[in-house]
Amino acid sequence: MANLQVNGQARAYDGDPSMPLLWYLRDELAMTGTKFGCGVGLCGVCTVHLNGEAVRSCQVQMSEAAGKSVTTIEGLHPKHEHPVQVAWRDVGVPQCGYCQTGQIMNAAALLAKKPAPTDAEITAAMAGNLCRCGCYQRIHAAVRAAGKGA
Amino acid sequence: MTELHTHSKIAIANVSRRGLLKGVAATGSLVLVAQLPGVKGAFAAYPTGAQSMPNGVVTNPKVFVSIGGDGIVNIVAARAEMGNGAARTALPMIVADELDADWARVRVVQSPGDEKTYGNQDTDGSRSVRHFIQPMRQCGAAARKMLEQAAAKKWGVPEGEVEAQLHEVVHKPTGRKLGYGELAADAAALPVPADDQIKLKDASAFRYIGKGTVRITDIVDITTGKATYGQDVVLPGMKFAVVARPPVVGGKVASLDTSAAMKVPGVEKIVTLEPRPAPAKFAPLGGVAVIAKNTWAALKGREALKITWDDGPNKVYDSKAYKAELEASVKKPGKVERNEGDVDQALAAAAKVITAEYYAPHIAHATMEPPAATARMQGGKWEVWAPVQSPGGTRDDVAAAVGVKPEELTLHTTLLGGGFGRKSKCDFAIEAALLSKEMGGAPVKVVWTREDDLRHGFYHTVTAERFEAGLDATNKVIAWRHRSAAPSFMANFVPDPKHPGNIELGMGWVDTPFNVPNIRMESGEAQSHVRVGWFRSVNNVAHAWSIQSFIAELAHQLGKDPKEFLLEMIGPPRIVDVAKSVTTPWWDYGEPAQTYPVDTGRLRRVAELAAEKAEWGKQLPKGQGLGIAAHRSFVSYIATVVHVEVSDKGAISIPRVDTAIDCGFCVHPERVRSQLEGAAVMGLTLAKYGEISFKNGAVEQSNFNDYQLVRIDESPKQTRVYIVDNGIEVPASGVGEPGVPPFAPALCNAIFAATGKRIRRLPIGDQLA
Repeated sequence: MANLQVNGQARAYDGDPSMPLLWYLRDELAMTGTKFGCGVGLCGVCTVHLNGEAVRSCQVQMSEAAGKSVTTIEGLHPKHEHPVQVAWRDVGVPQCGYCQTGQIMNAAALLAKKPAPTDAEITAAMAGNLCRCGCYQRIHAAVRAAGKGA
Repeated sequence: MTELHTHSKIAIANVSRRGLLKGVAATGSLVLVAQLPGVKGAFAAYPTGAQSMPNGVVTNPKVFVSIGGDGIVNIVAARAEMGNGAARTALPMIVADELDADWARVRVVQSPGDEKTYGNQDTDGSRSVRHFIQPMRQCGAAARKMLEQAAAKKWGVPEGEVEAQLHEVVHKPTGRKLGYGELAADAAALPVPADDQIKLKDASAFRYIGKGTVRITDIVDITTGKATYGQDVVLPGMKFAVVARPPVVGGKVASLDTSAAMKVPGVEKIVTLEPRPAPAKFAPLGGVAVIAKNTWAALKGREALKITWDDGPNKVYDSKAYKAELEASVKKPGKVERNEGDVDQALAAAAKVITAEYYAPHIAHATMEPPAATARMQGGKWEVWAPVQSPGGTRDDVAAAVGVKPEELTLHTTLLGGGFGRKSKCDFAIEAALLSKEMGGAPVKVVWTREDDLRHGFYHTVTAERFEAGLDATNKVIAWRHRSAAPSFMANFVPDPKHPGNIELGMGWVDTPFNVPNIRMESGEAQSHVRVGWFRSVNNVAHAWSIQSFIAELAHQLGKDPKEFLLEMIGPPRIVDVAKSVTTPWWDYGEPAQTYPVDTGRLRRVAELAAEKAEWGKQLPKGQGLGIAAHRSFVSYIATVVHVEVSDKGAISIPRVDTAIDCGFCVHPERVRSQLEGAAVMGLTLAKYGEISFKNGAVEQSNFNDYQLVRIDESPKQTRVYIVDNGIEVPASGVGEPGVPPFAPALCNAIFAATGKRIRRLPIGDQLA
């Protein structure tokens, strides 16, 4: 049995303890804002916050999530107006959009730690998140825009 | 809600299809001008290939527009949205503009797959805006006319006294107004106006078209996680499936032991799927499916399967050996595809002949969303949810696979987490339906993992390209022989085609626009051992890379500036008559050549524009260089200049890319810029890393560790996009794909300028180390 918090709500899980958090969120809770991309921690589309840290949910087993607090894109901001989300809309970042929730979760974790990152820090922090449409220029611009006022 | 109306028979499209055949061009394309015979407007309608696509074009506003009593305007998006913003943003925006609707009160509604109702839905070929700008304008203008007629009737005034203005109709003499919501019911009851009653807006009156101010329809849902892709479909009682597919195309299960897999908690059923013999179109590859209560259980069950495979004849496929075969193929005379003058004689008489060969491997689409689909059957009615570029074709193919009529199956098009051509092929949707059938119609989602995606795709072709250029005594190129050998994607549809089809030939090859008196293109034989599919820009990728690289090689050998030599080869502004010298009828992206000719003036202009903006000729420090390439594809013209920096250890960084596009009239400049920024990244990925290789018939790569994509830290620092400013009278042309082809040659030419190293084999990999 694993007890955890997802977006502030207490959850109990008694299935396979080796199941990745990703599949728990997507298949058991039907919270599909956290995406599946590679399953091996290389693309970042499944990024969530675990006790405030950005993690790849495909690499976190349910046994490791026990007792912890998970924040997904659905719970990032009560009105869905986190500065990163707002910047994303203002800059017009997405093309297909599939990787974007992971990008946003990763950027939000960066800005929580470092409210005004340098260009190099943004690039380094976002390098784990792939975008096949190639929106990187705008991702960088949006993180910078979100960071300024923070 | 009052509907402006439901589906009605589509008289307009059918009438024009029959009526205007006399306008058929040499390419066999029907002319759209037939469809807009009496439309008065600010531009003369021009013919496109839209009507020659399966199920043609529908313009009926009763199909595409409905208005609620609350004034909310619903506009149907019938094509698939995969990220370029055409299907769910640009096309509805065009309707809304002609309707003079307030975009804030517009909702976009995704249609099911149904081409009889909506017209062609194949969302590929960079066709959405180019084929639908005119029909969607007509559709919106007709709806506007109906609202005006309803208002005039209500007020009992002449129609000439009323005018639609931003979601209201105004009675001009008195200033009375009625909102669209108030008029919707009356307007819906009116017949669709005859074409000669419809007046298109003057371009100066556009609110949204050409402005680039409308943000993409799904941006809020995308940034909150609400957007639903194929992988995200959730149905009550849904089962989850993964499939162990044969490692070699055409392979079959020789023996299967499911005992361990069935013991995995959550696994419910294991099903063997039979492959279809080649040519299999988009049929699934077959294999063994594990159906479980969640994805994780299905994955663990699949791992526990014990399968031996009978690989079949494609086991011989080995990329190293095949490369040698292709290279041998282009050393011999091939099938003549285009011939002008006498190349043999000109080469024999040339003062000098320069030769070079290039090789580019298979690549995979690697959409960030791996394929996935969900199906269920209730009471004999099928429903399928799938992220497909071909909603109509998918409906037909899935229905056939489960043995029902298309009318008995609803195909819901989800958002696509990337398409790039992979999701034109609906094998994964067929899998979902077959597995649901095995489960008595229970909802089943089939999930492809990244490994499944990379190992069981429809790969970009592999190609060898060989060039011979003959020079006269004044160093002018008088002969150009280009041989190409690449397995054709036609092998999905016909047995062993051996040579490219006209679509592949037309992709930046036989339409090479150079000003050389003796030109010949020859294709070598190439047998397909895998599923070759179309990848964004298709054969243009290798054609542009090799042709534009060879141009720069020639320039270097002749001691000329690469940009100046490129312009010299393109020659003076003129229309190139490709059709006269090809042996298979020329495919100009399915368009009538009178609307979309090969215009060297436009190609020159983008090359000059990109060069000027990139400050071509500027002095750069050691280890840095500029490279240029210009290429016409999808009837657009595009040129790219890449500025590269190569470190002592051979690491590449790209401070800047300057790219110029002439895409005719530009409907959404902001999305065009976004497409070209992205194309630079995709171009860099394929140039730097892109390679799917085969050994014993199976793919050697597995995931993003060995099939790398460019990340933000190696992506171009800045991509600047310049859009040639054209009026509405210049036919809109493709945008989604054309940005990709010029990138790799511009990069390789820049690398040569920086280092003196010439890349003749993609990917670049460690060749600079």
